[in-house]
Amino acid sequence: MRTVTGLILLLVLVAFLVSGMLLIHPFGNPSPTDMDDYIIENAQNQTGSNSVVASVVFDYRGFDTLGEATILFTAVTGVLLLLRTVKHKKENP
Amino acid sequence: MLSKIVRTVANQLIVFILIFGLYVIAHGHLTPGGGFQGGAVVVSGVVMLLVAFSSKDFKKSLRERLLTIMESTGALIFAILGFGGLGTVFFYNFLVGSPIFGRIPPTGPGPGDFWTGGFIPLMNFAVGLKVIAGLSAVILAIALFARGEEMEE
Amino acid sequence: MEHIAHNFPFIASALLMGIAFYIILFKKNLIKLIMGIGMLSSGVNLFIVALGYRTGGNAPIYTDVPPGPMVLSVPQALTLTSIVINVAVLALMLTMVIHTYRHTGTLDSEKSRRLKG
Repeated sequence: MRTVTGLILLLVLVAFLVSGMLLIHPFGNPSPTDMDDYIIENAQNQTGSNSVVASVVFDYRGFDTLGEATILFTAVTGVLLLLRTVKHKKENP
Repeated sequence: MLSKIVRTVANQLIVFILIFGLYVIAHGHLTPGGGFQGGAVVVSGVVMLLVAFSSKDFKKSLRERLLTIMESTGALIFAILGFGGLGTVFFYNFLVGSPIFGRIPPTGPGPGDFWTGGFIPLMNFAVGLKVIAGLSAVILAIALFARGEEMEE
Repeated sequence: MEHIAHNFPFIASALLMGIAFYIILFKKNLIKLIMGIGMLSSGVNLFIVALGYRTGGNAPIYTDVPPGPMVLSVPQALTLTSIVINVAVLALMLTMVIHTYRHTGTLDSEKSRRLKG
């Protein structure tokens, strides 16, 4: 009974996702591209690097990369904190 | 500890993997790549060494103190480069036009010059250092915890 | 019908997300759950990159690029951030699974449900 209800709900979810994919712009010409056209044209003059993706990651949106470096630091600290072996001290009666 | 053939091949291959990873990190402003991708390549080389040799041989060389100092240095260089251009705005590219990394390439397609890019190569280097130290520490801690030990001081 | 054939990369990533949801809902092994979460993140990253494609475009890098239009560059930068965040969350989840196995001795999510002292 529970498996049948679960399968029906899963099919409803997948149908919702697939029908949503038919309503977006056709694959091949995205419609509003003003920001990306400005970035592609002016990235070589303003930042001085040949790669537009690197200048977007580190110069036009550098604040997001700072937040991502913080997340990486927090995850490494959390993993190194959890994997310690605790030595139980014997209590004196 | 695997057989002698695997250990010899791993000893020879680690040099090429390290050079390729540092190439991907250093040329992040000219070709696809950058700090995160090059760091992942170098960490996969370290994992290959960890599989070929046992994890007990790494306890003396990769201590916890060295890896955390490396990771904190990378994060600190990244934050200090952000504060460098505070005259205009936070994270302003203040090295464009200056003699260190400041040439401007000609507009349009063409071969790349290495000394361009502002502070993007320096930030790639800092992020690459952070990723290498952080992911190596995580892999070593998981491999040592499975045997009941922990990383040395 | 030709609308479906024209938008096929989006539908493929939606099916990938559907398979990942099936794994998360119906499997009981903890390692399989983590694999399902990784597959869900792969589906979302593929969808984000496929949103920014232009027909006949080249990679947005100016070193030795053939002439023609370039694809959009901002979705590729956001996908890079998303991949790194997923790696961090996956590492923390694997550590919790290691602790659960050591504490309860089983990898079945149905047997280790109550919090014991």
